Amino acid sequence: MNASSIPWLTLLTAIPLVGGILILGSHLPDGQRPRRFGLLFHALSLGVLALIFTQFDPAVGSMQMVERWPWIPSLGTEYHLGIDGLGLLMLALSCIVLMAATAFSRRDIPSGRIYHGLLLLLQAGLHGAFTAQNFIHWFFYYELSLIPAYFLVKLWGGPKRGVAARTFFLYTMAGSAAMLLGFLATYAATGSFDFAELAQRGKGFDGGLAAIYNVRLGLPELSTRALGLLIFFAIFLGFAVKIPVWPFQSWLPLTYSEAPAPVAMVLTGALSKLGVYGLLRIVLPIFPEQVWQTQDLLLCLALASIVFSAVAALAQTDVRRMLGHLSISHLGYCVLAVVCASRITPLDGNWEVEKQAALTGAMLQMFNHGVIAALLFGLAGWMEERVGKPLEMGSMGGLRQKAPVFAGIMGLAVFASMGLPGLSGFVGEFLIFKGVFALVPWAACLATLGLLGVALFLLNYLRTTWHGALSGDSTRFADLTVRERAWVTPMVALILLLGVHPQLALKWLNAAAVLLTERIAI
Amino acid sequence: MTPTWTLVICLLGAILQQFMPRTEPKFARATALLTAFLSLAAAFSGVVNGMDPGVFTTLTRAPWVPGLGIEFHLAADGITHCMLVLTGIAAVAGVLFSWNVEHRVRDFFSLYFLLLTGCFGVFLSADLFLLFVFYELAIVPKYLLIAHWGSKNREHGAMKLALYSFVGSALVFAGILACAWASGVGSFSLQELGKHAFPPDFQRWVFPLLFVGFAVLAGMFPFHTWAPTGHSAAPTAASMLLAGVVMKLGAYGALRAGVALMPQGAAMWQMPLGMLAAIGIVHGAWVALTQRDIKYIIGYSSVSHMGFALLGLLSLSSAGLSGAVLQMFSHGIIGGLLFAIAGRMIYDRTHTRELAELEGLNLQKLMPFAAVSFVLAGFASMGMPGFSGFAAEAHVLAGAWKSFPSLAILSGVGIVLGAAFTLRVVHRTFYAAGAGEVEPSPASTKEKQAHGEALVISIPERLGAMGLIAVALAVGLWPRLLLDWIVPALESPLFENLRKSGGLQ
Repeated sequence: MNASSIPWLTLLTAIPLVGGILILGSHLPDGQRPRRFGLLFHALSLGVLALIFTQFDPAVGSMQMVERWPWIPSLGTEYHLGIDGLGLLMLALSCIVLMAATAFSRRDIPSGRIYHGLLLLLQAGLHGAFTAQNFIHWFFYYELSLIPAYFLVKLWGGPKRGVAARTFFLYTMAGSAAMLLGFLATYAATGSFDFAELAQRGKGFDGGLAAIYNVRLGLPELSTRALGLLIFFAIFLGFAVKIPVWPFQSWLPLTYSEAPAPVAMVLTGALSKLGVYGLLRIVLPIFPEQVWQTQDLLLCLALASIVFSAVAALAQTDVRRMLGHLSISHLGYCVLAVVCASRITPLDGNWEVEKQAALTGAMLQMFNHGVIAALLFGLAGWMEERVGKPLEMGSMGGLRQKAPVFAGIMGLAVFASMGLPGLSGFVGEFLIFKGVFALVPWAACLATLGLLGVALFLLNYLRTTWHGALSGDSTRFADLTVRERAWVTPMVALILLLGVHPQLALKWLNAAAVLLTERIAI
Repeated sequence: MTPTWTLVICLLGAILQQFMPRTEPKFARATALLTAFLSLAAAFSGVVNGMDPGVFTTLTRAPWVPGLGIEFHLAADGITHCMLVLTGIAAVAGVLFSWNVEHRVRDFFSLYFLLLTGCFGVFLSADLFLLFVFYELAIVPKYLLIAHWGSKNREHGAMKLALYSFVGSALVFAGILACAWASGVGSFSLQELGKHAFPPDFQRWVFPLLFVGFAVLAGMFPFHTWAPTGHSAAPTAASMLLAGVVMKLGAYGALRAGVALMPQGAAMWQMPLGMLAAIGIVHGAWVALTQRDIKYIIGYSSVSHMGFALLGLLSLSSAGLSGAVLQMFSHGIIGGLLFAIAGRMIYDRTHTRELAELEGLNLQKLMPFAAVSFVLAGFASMGMPGFSGFAAEAHVLAGAWKSFPSLAILSGVGIVLGAAFTLRVVHRTFYAAGAGEVEPSPASTKEKQAHGEALVISIPERLGAMGLIAVALAVGLWPRLLLDWIVPALESPLFENLRKSGGLQ
């Protein structure tokens, strides 16, 4: 059997799915074994991913390794898989983050087999969603990732886990329901759920997708434009909740602070990327016209996410909540870039390069933010384990003296998060700003306020907790163990490597960004 | 073997129960299980024999009351087969979940199989009058099952259910007679009537009689209140059959006699009745969110889910109709499972259905199997992709978007409310405590010892629950299992009138 006939993407989704079902159905006792079992399957996924990297041709922007079979013909549903550079990088991110989350998990976690089984199912959902090219197929995995996340928060979370899990689930479900309705309307009008086909469908028709809706659905009360916007907003809402974008972010701080730290790593590192990924793969290609029509509003939402969250983070005393707001702020840049890239002008050709920069930046920022934020939450989790309670700003001080290596890694993660040149966080933000400055200058100027806020509170955090005089509970704070150092090393290496040599990641993205730019030009 | 045998088997099974030894209930149970399996096999026989889903194939035909044109005429197409298989599965599952009935076991199963005879008969009837007879036949056993074996408020529940059924039947009966006389074909045959184009003015007044009359039994708002009361009062197996099959009788009648015979009437009443269906979806879910009794919650969720089936029927589109039939099947499986868990696993062991009392029991630790089944059934019920409910609701909503977009949006609210009440009931029943308390607390250990063996979920229950979950998953992941039977059936001559009047697009 030659390598190209193996359904690699199906395999990549099947590994964690099978692993998850196996471990959930097993009788592994609590202790090391469930965790090792989980690590084994995450390692298998990484192995398959490495093989996929060798098969992938970075010069091609369209879908590769496509698998396509009929599924539910009466509902226009196919089993349709494929990846481009963006999909590939997201798969890599989810493999890395899930592996790290498993490794960062406490070894004595109660009901370990269920915990690790759910993590594996979550990964299956992520892999499926990052590879699916048909809405129903995609939605299946999108929801599959939600259920394990709900239980992970609900069963292993902090004192307010019940409220946190419920809020998280219901917000996301409301978004999903709106999105499902939007897509069903699209299906009723076009007869297709295929992402690529839908992106094409609006082009040939006079007036785009909105005109098709108007003819096929027949809502005389609404104008063509309003109907198009209504359906667009329904679909946008699903992603806006997932990312989240202001003002749909209120579920996030509670969820991120109540979830067990490794689960928070997955939520911010991988799950939130489903939202941005959806903007890039679904919203922008299918609804470029509607994004452009509402650009000012969407820009304001993105800016509000960036700036308000940075300000909100300043006011937090709980470290995890602060990191949660930080995530919102950072993903706001991705949204900003996507929205700016929708710009349509008569002389559109002039802006190709800037759009590509913004889109490439958004994609790269997703990956880098995933790694950095996961590291930050993971480190916070280790701190909590040492202290035995939630982290409060100012309750500890001078940890650097007790734990110099820990302090060093934390410093690196914090600076990477701030976007210091030489570390990976810088490159994505730089590309985004490069694109956005040219496309919508005022938005770029306002967005820098967010950078300032982030720098302020992150430096403040470093100063109060890690530097200065020893105080409070910090006297018995232990440094990273050898095992912990070993797990942190690959992530730190990735941050440094991509900071110094971003081309390593960019070369996979360029072709996809170029193609996306061409697709959204009207 | 042909599907006709379902009737013979159930009827014989009902009679045979009376010859079982009174003192040894295990014989009665074993016979019941055997009968149920045989009826399932007979229900499958049409599928196995490779009958054409697109043809309304006559199985048995004999004159009955020739003077009035009434025949004993049984026939089946793809939609019939789906419903037969559903009834067969529900029959087997119901017996498995009635293993603990001790009081007058023989009579219990006799009535149980009489009820099933009525259900199978309705699905198989190709003669409207015969359909009506079977429809009435089902009312008596279900009244007795609830009134004798039910739990609290059983007389009230049974009476309410019977009265609503009779009122619905009266409307239906008037509608059927009007059809037969107005058509002038001198027959009640669905096929003959299907060829006749009723004048629009006639359809305007007779369609609502037939549709609403049948839909009362499908729990259509505002005639739905019998459903939660009746379901809650019923013994487990009866509530499984009520939610799983009997509500489908209503929807099935509304499809065969209402939408298929009088498409123009359906088009005229599409909006007001569609509105009622959509209100039912939202109202059912909303009320379920506020209930304190677990069986009432599931009862109202049935109202909400059957609202999707009615909405699909009224959309008069091909996607909507296939979705409606799919939803009938799907809700039969999932609703049955929910009632089985709530009635058999939870209520029979804890003797309470109040959420507030269940909360303190930490049932997740005491009954892990029930917890997992309930979680899966709950996600299936809230329409998670991968379970049958999603495929059905997606079809219905796609159809609804074409016919009444505003109602599609309204139903979306119902989906979110559905997620909310399901989370609430799962949380409060099983997961009020977290996994952090992995060591059983002293109280719960004591509790477990006190309850002893009683808390262990028995083998029949496990088999029943796993079987139903497997069916919901199989249909959810590969909906063509059913759609390949449903979609061709919509092409059959029975739906000729509907196609002519511009439906089934």
